[in-house]
Amino acid sequence: MIRLAVSYLSGVLFAIGLGISGMTHPSKVLAFLDFTGAWDPSLALVMAGGLLVNFVFFRLARRRGAPLFAPAFALPAAHFVDASLVGGACLFGIGWGLGGFCPGPALVSAVTGETPVLAFVGSMLLGMTVFDAFEKRASSKTLEARPRPGLEPR
Amino acid sequence: MNHFTPVASSLGGLLLGVACSLLFVANGRILGISGILGEIPWVTADERTWRLVFLAGLLTGGFALRLVDRSTLAFASEQTAAVAIVSGLLVGFGTRLGNGCTSGHGLCGIARLSKRSIVATGVFMATGAATVFVVRHVFHLGGGVS
Repeated sequence: MIRLAVSYLSGVLFAIGLGISGMTHPSKVLAFLDFTGAWDPSLALVMAGGLLVNFVFFRLARRRGAPLFAPAFALPAAHFVDASLVGGACLFGIGWGLGGFCPGPALVSAVTGETPVLAFVGSMLLGMTVFDAFEKRASSKTLEARPRPGLEPR
Repeated sequence: MNHFTPVASSLGGLLLGVACSLLFVANGRILGISGILGEIPWVTADERTWRLVFLAGLLTGGFALRLVDRSTLAFASEQTAAVAIVSGLLVGFGTRLGNGCTSGHGLCGIARLSKRSIVATGVFMATGAATVFVVRHVFHLGGGVS
């Protein structure tokens, strides 16, 4: 129960952080990515602020050895840079640069009910589904699934 | 709207860090939106529950923002539906293929000094900036949005 309360609170705080920081505005994200135009460096400070806090607390957590309310940390199993990582990041970056939305801010702004935001979220879910379909086909062909990251306790 | 907002952006960034750190310190989980969302169909019932609860929190935060100050959320005028659909497909597919987005790779992975996350963040920042450059300064499209 406490774990679910933490998950909920974390979601609420993350959404409010996105709203305060300006990440929820595609035009502001695009202005950050527009280095040769009227560049708005604000999002560099968003990253810096988030990283500062995470840097300290992730280290403290690892030093403690285990999370407060769970038996172990769940960290990605993959450790090597591979073509999927680079190719996926490439495609994501192109989509981010076209629309100015990454997944979190789009979900948060979806509560406005504005058509373009809902279209983005629907399309993003479709893109995820298409990926799953591709991966399923690939893994059934080779009989050996690509290692699914994210769930290996360590 | 797109002038430099150092105070709000720094405070918002710190709050994002608090949210990520809370989930990691307490539950041992990485706060990565694309992974939390995209893995929902494939995980155990227990895993699915916390992910859905997290997303409910995210939407609650969105509603709170809308209630307190609607101008903190996206306006319809910031994007056309056609761009939204094309970019949504790329973001959905790309974040799953690359195992993460701005939150999981950018905020959590870099803080863990994960080589994969550092590379991924460098790549999506670079292709994002290159895309904006091509759209705005080569084709002169969409540059007037502000």
